[in-house]
Amino acid sequence: MADVSLHGVAKSFGATEILRDINLSVEDGEFVVFVGPSGCGKSTLLRIIAGLETVSGGEIRIDKKRVNELPPADRKIAMVFQSYALYPHMNVYKNMAFGLKFAKTDKAEADRRVRQAAEILKLTPLLDRKPRELSGGQRQRVAIGRAIVRNPSVFLFDEPLSNLDAALRVNTRLEIAKLHRDLGATMIYVTHDQVEAMTLASKIVVLNQGRIEQVGAPLELYRSPRNLFVAGFIGSPRMNFIKGQVLRAEGSRVTIGFAGTEAALDVRPGSVKPGDPVTVGIRPEHMEAGGTDSTSLRGTIDAVEQLGESSYVYMRLASGDDVIVRAPGETEATPGGTYIAHVPSRALHVFDASGLSVLPDRS
Amino acid sequence: MTIRPGRIAVHIALVLYTILALGPIFLILINAFKTRRAIFADPLGLPNAQTLTTIGFDRVFANSDFGLYFFNSLTVTVVSLVLIVLIGAMAAWALTEYRFRGSTILSLYLAIGIMVPIRLGSVSILRMMVELNLVNTLTALILVYVAQGLPLAILILGEFIQQIPKDLRDAARCDGVSEYRIFFSIILPLISPAIATVAVFTMVPVWNDLWFPLILAPGDGKQTITLGVQQFIGQYVTDWNAVLASLTLAIAPVLVLYLLFSRYLVRGLTAGAVK
Repeated sequence: MADVSLHGVAKSFGATEILRDINLSVEDGEFVVFVGPSGCGKSTLLRIIAGLETVSGGEIRIDKKRVNELPPADRKIAMVFQSYALYPHMNVYKNMAFGLKFAKTDKAEADRRVRQAAEILKLTPLLDRKPRELSGGQRQRVAIGRAIVRNPSVFLFDEPLSNLDAALRVNTRLEIAKLHRDLGATMIYVTHDQVEAMTLASKIVVLNQGRIEQVGAPLELYRSPRNLFVAGFIGSPRMNFIKGQVLRAEGSRVTIGFAGTEAALDVRPGSVKPGDPVTVGIRPEHMEAGGTDSTSLRGTIDAVEQLGESSYVYMRLASGDDVIVRAPGETEATPGGTYIAHVPSRALHVFDASGLSVLPDRS
Repeated sequence: MTIRPGRIAVHIALVLYTILALGPIFLILINAFKTRRAIFADPLGLPNAQTLTTIGFDRVFANSDFGLYFFNSLTVTVVSLVLIVLIGAMAAWALTEYRFRGSTILSLYLAIGIMVPIRLGSVSILRMMVELNLVNTLTALILVYVAQGLPLAILILGEFIQQIPKDLRDAARCDGVSEYRIFFSIILPLISPAIATVAVFTMVPVWNDLWFPLILAPGDGKQTITLGVQQFIGQYVTDWNAVLASLTLAIAPVLVLYLLFSRYLVRGLTAGAVK
């Protein structure tokens, strides 16, 4: 078991900066998920921790020891790759035992560990099969098994579920969560799927363009995104953003006008002044159908998606902003009609011109 | 399944080509077992009761050190093959896997070897071998053939190594496998079809070469089989029975090796098509 910490880690390939000034600490036993759009540097960061990439600057510590100069094998890590990376010419047993052979593990001990891992992952009947004779989900389990037998302090997962179909993905997600509970090991997991991030993580790290945008527990990021990027990235469908303006301010209480309506709420003192342009954010699931309150949005319905337990109403406001509202499953909304959605002011997010949230810390 | 005209045309072309390629070999085989008179009277005829003879083979074994030549050829071919495949695969792995200063220049330099025929350097090679005291040794031939075979081997193997997912090597590194082990335990098994391809492409010209044995190892019992055959070809008289018999014997080992490798060869040429 070990903690991982990154101090001012930077990486550039030639003139292109992939990562800059990454500072992060991962506690022992934590399940940390790196999430972000493709090209944000999350995989590179994972590979840096694994030791498969060198850094251009900064320091990586695992178990409080500097590991910058150590090869992957000496970092007490194990990595599970997106492509599974099973050795195609070896059977399942050999795939899992291969690394142990070079770690000078005692033969009987290696055998015990492989059989135990196979037991945990329900791979025992498949030990003699070659990777090409396995299904995607089974291959994934072998890849995880190969990581387990190394008995690592830190597990690294690089988008392990993205090659699986939807049903299997949910299953494997649960298995990984269970594995984390059972092993209690530190896990670092990279994904571009915010649902995986929300469901698995004890801590999410949102990355964008080589920088950490925000670090926090899943619900913390959901409730109080620090900036527009995190607000837009966490949550599905994404948060609606509407251009607005600060109308009045009395101490920390401000009134914000947007899309023909206004709302009063508390902000961090001094963060905005009357006349400032702001972006108002509201999650589709926080709006309520109907409502004649002063804070409600009225628009023309573009499309309605019925999902059964709920429906998504896509509407265009008079101000030109497009808004998605989560409506009850059996909505009467039809394209072309008018829709009114109530916006509770406590569910509003407000971001200043530079994209930073101006709300006081809610957590 | 309906037979399309396109398919028939393709098959006709393939059959014609096969006849063209196998014809001479077939001629050598049938004529090796015929009397001299029959060879000239009816070169295309099969040996029959009157014309069947093994006199060519008898003469080959009686009048020449056929076994020795055969052994020389085999030694040169096998050693060259092993060295080309081993060094070629290692170089290809290094050039594709590791980025270092000058790696691009080095790959280009090696690629040029494909375009420049090594025979252009015959005179300097001979001089070099004289200096090194390697004339009339098999080592001289092996060195030349390794140099001749490496560029293409590196090119082909490099292409194949590039197709091996990078994750595999990274996974092995995480497993604590040394770079040498990664090469021998993971890369080599995975490119075995490519190695078979390279082996066939390399083996045939080496086995058949007459030029370098003639220049570098023409005597001292270091002659290869192609050179050995030459002793039956005279300026005025050619012992066709012996020539054809020794050619027949010379074909055999290449054929065996080819059959061994061809299973992989087909896989090598079509690798990546199915996946």
